[in-house]
Amino acid sequence: MASPILSLKRVNKSFGPVHVLKDVDFSAYAGKVTALVGDNGAGKSTLIKCIAGIYTPETGEFIFEGNPVTISGPRDATALGIEIVYQDLALCDNLDIVHNMFLGREEISGITLNESSMESLAKKTLDGLTVRTVKSIRQKVASLSGGQRQTVAIARAVLWNSKVVILDEPTAALGVAQTEQVLKLVRQLADNGLAVIVISHNLNDVFQVADNIAAMYLGSMAAQVEKNSVTQNDVVRLITTGAQK
Amino acid sequence: MSQDLNIKQSATDWWSKVKAGQVGALPALLGLFVLCIVFGTQSSVFLTPGNLANLLTQAAAVIVIAMGLVFVLLLGEIDLSAGYAAGVCGALLVIMITEMDYPWYLAFPISVLAGVLLGAVIGYLVAQLKIPSFVVTLATFLAFQGLLLLLVGEGGTIRIEDPVILAVENKNLSVSYSWIFFLLTAGAYLLSGLLKFRKRKKAGLVDNLFKLWVIKTFVLIAIGTLATWALTVERSNNPDLVSLRGIPYVVPVILVLLVGATFVLSRTSFGLHIYAVGGNAEAARRAGINVKMVRITAFMICTGFAAVAGMIFVSRANSISPTTGGSSTLLYAVGAAVIGGTSLFGGKGKVSDAILGGLVVAVIDNGMALLGYPAGIKFMVTGAVLLISATIDAVSRRGASTT
Repeated sequence: MASPILSLKRVNKSFGPVHVLKDVDFSAYAGKVTALVGDNGAGKSTLIKCIAGIYTPETGEFIFEGNPVTISGPRDATALGIEIVYQDLALCDNLDIVHNMFLGREEISGITLNESSMESLAKKTLDGLTVRTVKSIRQKVASLSGGQRQTVAIARAVLWNSKVVILDEPTAALGVAQTEQVLKLVRQLADNGLAVIVISHNLNDVFQVADNIAAMYLGSMAAQVEKNSVTQNDVVRLITTGAQK
Repeated sequence: MSQDLNIKQSATDWWSKVKAGQVGALPALLGLFVLCIVFGTQSSVFLTPGNLANLLTQAAAVIVIAMGLVFVLLLGEIDLSAGYAAGVCGALLVIMITEMDYPWYLAFPISVLAGVLLGAVIGYLVAQLKIPSFVVTLATFLAFQGLLLLLVGEGGTIRIEDPVILAVENKNLSVSYSWIFFLLTAGAYLLSGLLKFRKRKKAGLVDNLFKLWVIKTFVLIAIGTLATWALTVERSNNPDLVSLRGIPYVVPVILVLLVGATFVLSRTSFGLHIYAVGGNAEAARRAGINVKMVRITAFMICTGFAAVAGMIFVSRANSISPTTGGSSTLLYAVGAAVIGGTSLFGGKGKVSDAILGGLVVAVIDNGMALLGYPAGIKFMVTGAVLLISATIDAVSRRGASTT
């Protein structure tokens, strides 16, 4: 395997007496989809929150593009080009697609919003994601379907020339057709050269889209393996017992 | 491109927006239209130029409070004390002018600044200490009422004789200035709209709202022309003694506030952040928006507007009393904003809604008084109209979320 764009070494994180992450190693590769799987409470969310700068681990190394870095807040992560798409998407229903994509990082000319520049860039990004289902990018997010909302949230994450995109359960609330659409989009992000990290409970999705699979078990990294080298049963065993074979 | 799309297309787009729950100002416009026809046919006085001018000056203070309230309502918060904040700031204004001999151009900005500071305190309590705004402003409602009573003195009123302050509600632009004012306003509106569409076309963005905008502009200018004409007609009973013609000074005052507030809300990132916080505060926070600062600033703007309304109250009554800004003022102002189409759930509304809703409230008040209905009936009808608006808001919200 090529050298990872992001790798974590022996990361530890505790909340009071609870040791949530125990010497976790994790890597993500440009152009690859890395699925992060594990049972509830295995530490998946804590791990990605550490990557996104929301939590600061007590010990452990972060290596980004070959250099050691410290991420001590969400802004540090954003500055490195790490974007996270939350499960609840964090969209404002009352704003249109363009405003949602630029929220908090609006383009300004003088003191006014540069609407045309934002709209063009948003349109370009969405077109680049081959999303044709949205009628107008000036429509309110409230009027979008679940899959379309997910698309907007993902488009917002890739708008900033980001290098690593983390998706938290992107298909959890979607129907069959929309899941298909979002998985295709995830694949496309990786094909465009991004490192994509996907948290998922759905092993079918994982096997459809991932290049490698990181399985967590009770706060430890049970294994990070290439998809082609394992079967679904192997992954289930990793998730439920933490044992490789 | 815009020229390829016909009016039908933009009308269809607009109608699908209405169906999706974005009814906006439509119910208020219809309501205003129906009310004007009903009162116009029932009362011989209602549609006279004199009553029109009267209506505007009656509605002015409530409209200004409602405009400020829109900022707070957009966050899903409320400011129950805005009415008495107007009273307190009005009292400060009168005291500074009559007892301390400050000129109006010093006293008025200071009174507005005082309003902004009061708003900062409310905003701090709501945003930083996370006390529900309903409770905070219920407390400040009582406190401001007390403060006003202390400032004015029990049972007393303080008269004001400053000609500039009094002119706002009692004097009119001359006929020629009225027309100049109208032409300037219409021209600026046309120009800003055209510039916006040209800029979008240059950027190669598809626009199917252009034709609709042309129609809207045409209607607005027609109404404006009619209103300006009506206001420049002689409305004095005894023109030889005293002539009453022209647009009341308070109209340009409100227009300046409207343009300023609309600019802030629709063209600046601060305005966008207000909508974002009202729509989904958590999403706004994660997007890096300083949610607390947005909240505090909105309350500051709200009471700042209330202070301007205080000046208008003082101008209209020629004095300040312990009940200025009290009784139904605040309720009418909240009603005005909601009737105009601002959502009590936050995230939806415009400053122009407050003007529209304020006119509806004023028309009911004025029309029913002309028809000789007692105050009790007036309150009940206004309450019913408010309830209808809140219902439309709630139902349209449900319609929007079930698509």
